[in-house]
Amino acid sequence: MSTIPAAPVSGPGDGAAPAPATSLHNVSLVPGQVIDGFRLLERLHRGGMAVLWKVTRADLAEPAIMKIPLLGDDPASIVGFEVEQMILPLLRGPHVPRFIAAGGFDAQPYIVMEMLQGESLRARLDGGPLAPEELVRIGMRAAEALHDVHQQQVIHHDVKPSNIMFRADGTAVLIDFGLARHDRLPDLLAEQFRLPMGTGPYISPEQVLHNRTDPRSDLYALGVILYYLATGARPFGAPTSVRGLRRRLYEQAAPPRTRVHDFPPWLQEVILHCLEVDPERRYATAAQLAFDLAHPQGVALTARAASQLPSAWERLRRLTRRMLTRPEVRTMAQQLNRAPIVMAAVDLTQESEALADALRAAVRHVLNAAPQARLACVSVLRTNRLVLETPLDAVGNHRHVLRLVQLQHWARPLALPPGRATFHVLEAPDPAQAILDYASANRVDHVVVGSRGASSLRRYLGSVSTQVVAEAACTVTVVKVPREERASSRSDGTSL
Amino acid sequence: MTIALLTDIHSNREALEACLAHAQDRGATRYLFLGDYVGYGADPVWVVDTIMDYAARGAVALRGNHDEATGSARDVHMNEDAQRCVDWTRTQLSAEQLDFLARLPLSAQEGNALFVHANGWDPQGYEYIHGPMEAARNLQVVRARITFCGHMHEPMLYHMGLTQRVEMFSPVPGTPIPLSAARRWLAIPGSVGQPRDGNPAACYATYDEFNNLLTFWRIPYDHATAAHKVRAAGLPERYADQLVLGA
Repeated sequence: MSTIPAAPVSGPGDGAAPAPATSLHNVSLVPGQVIDGFRLLERLHRGGMAVLWKVTRADLAEPAIMKIPLLGDDPASIVGFEVEQMILPLLRGPHVPRFIAAGGFDAQPYIVMEMLQGESLRARLDGGPLAPEELVRIGMRAAEALHDVHQQQVIHHDVKPSNIMFRADGTAVLIDFGLARHDRLPDLLAEQFRLPMGTGPYISPEQVLHNRTDPRSDLYALGVILYYLATGARPFGAPTSVRGLRRRLYEQAAPPRTRVHDFPPWLQEVILHCLEVDPERRYATAAQLAFDLAHPQGVALTARAASQLPSAWERLRRLTRRMLTRPEVRTMAQQLNRAPIVMAAVDLTQESEALADALRAAVRHVLNAAPQARLACVSVLRTNRLVLETPLDAVGNHRHVLRLVQLQHWARPLALPPGRATFHVLEAPDPAQAILDYASANRVDHVVVGSRGASSLRRYLGSVSTQVVAEAACTVTVVKVPREERASSRSDGTSL
Repeated sequence: MTIALLTDIHSNREALEACLAHAQDRGATRYLFLGDYVGYGADPVWVVDTIMDYAARGAVALRGNHDEATGSARDVHMNEDAQRCVDWTRTQLSAEQLDFLARLPLSAQEGNALFVHANGWDPQGYEYIHGPMEAARNLQVVRARITFCGHMHEPMLYHMGLTQRVEMFSPVPGTPIPLSAARRWLAIPGSVGQPRDGNPAACYATYDEFNNLLTFWRIPYDHATAAHKVRAAGLPERYADQLVLGA
């Protein structure tokens, strides 16, 4: 294991202090032995900090993993184990191994968790640089997993290839929460140790500076992984000294395109966006990173997409700016709340003009309250279920392109900078279902949708907004226009 | 079993009622009162009666410096305003109530936990645990794994692991905190009746012994009425203001 070991800060106090029970230098364990009802089957791995056993218990359908810490003289390994025992039982969902049981420090300490099949992402490093499509797939999966864990108030702090595994359906699973931090629980690793806590190649600049409170540290680590998978090289090598770790505070990573000449500029933009030294300049959330990976055409290219290192002047300018700005302290919930993915479901048919205006005003309110929000503007072109339609309208215009242009025109008064808004025209027979599917696939936090009230169209089609409100997994704002205005509009359109 | 930990009630009936109701809703089956039932507030009779009632039904009630000053008229170095409250409170309570306060124990030990009003190294000295320095003193002397104490009005959690370094943590209300068995803990639930961290909501904590989970709570209550009663009783104005401002 390449985790940088934390140096013991000092010896035990004056000797009078009653130390917790730690005289547990592991007794030798053998297959067949039973610990708290778990039968040890096979030793799978022995790392620097823990031993992994395959175990079984009568009530378990499948074998599980028992992690037993190696309690030597290194307090870091003990505290790391305490941290994992504290945090893993609190985590839910498909992106973490399911917690089964834990044993305390009064006897044999252990954690039993779900056993994941297959190999970690580390196995993929040996095959050399990956194709961009594969890289994007892995990046999206890992970003999804990180966002899920971040929403549960936990920063992983040791994201690296050997800590990312995959389920059979491709879902990424994060393992090893020994360096993690829960935003609402005591940080047992805070300032306990002199050396930065993390793994040399992947550790974020702020972790090097002993700041353990920023979820975007995990995005930096994922950026290093993607860089490595893309180029076969790590942006700052594998330093083992603090001096070596600090290089990343002052130096820019060489752009992937200097190593792989035909590397897609948009993907380089995404990777270098993750690797920004200042967390404020990185993606605000893992969901926003996943969103960009899913929508390459929506990625706004900046100087990061160029194939050269920024000039010395530019680097000096960034360094100065960084040194002059004091980072704001936020809780994780605040950080996530200021950077939601907002979806505007815009109906652009003629009779809904007033509603489209009201929708824009509502979207403006939402964006004002969340300075780092991303806006996905979506319009649905309603298609017939059975009839194959021509993509051209009566006068030969391409309907899809036309709608996209109208959508961009709708958003223009919001005056959003490039990269903050993306535009999507969906073609589907059922507008409500299309909106719901899009929201779910893109981890949308807030849908803003219009309601046409008691129009004849609504009676005919059913209410899109009602279905969205009922079935969406996120917050939905339904926008209406005052009754007088609605009365003046006709209602014979066929699309949302 | 869920234990409710309530401390520094300071004759505030509205705050105590709200916390007891909340604790009951949360399934508390045992009550530990860490002292300072009187002083500052206008409802000493109701509060002491309530504590006596709980104690008669098996709750543990410990003695704080205000209880000692009031119950035994012993000088425990109070400022002038606080002493005025002590003197007024003595005129309100019955002989039986004063005797109850004077006879309360200073600490209690149950399982791996020590309960005490001020600190574990010298309970009757009433020194404050202002920060990690004093917390370290407590954590190094006390044999029990967890110390629960009051006296400080702001909720706080200190912990010490193998490196013997003490860290402090401002608890997030309503979040259960697993108290790792590999370290020592010092928990201060914060004041029920005189919160002083800028938030007027009452403080208390629950401890789920079986699952080793400690939860700090902030309970909004009718602090305007409690403040009004302080003024009506002619007690120092600033103790009424403190209830409204939470500071």
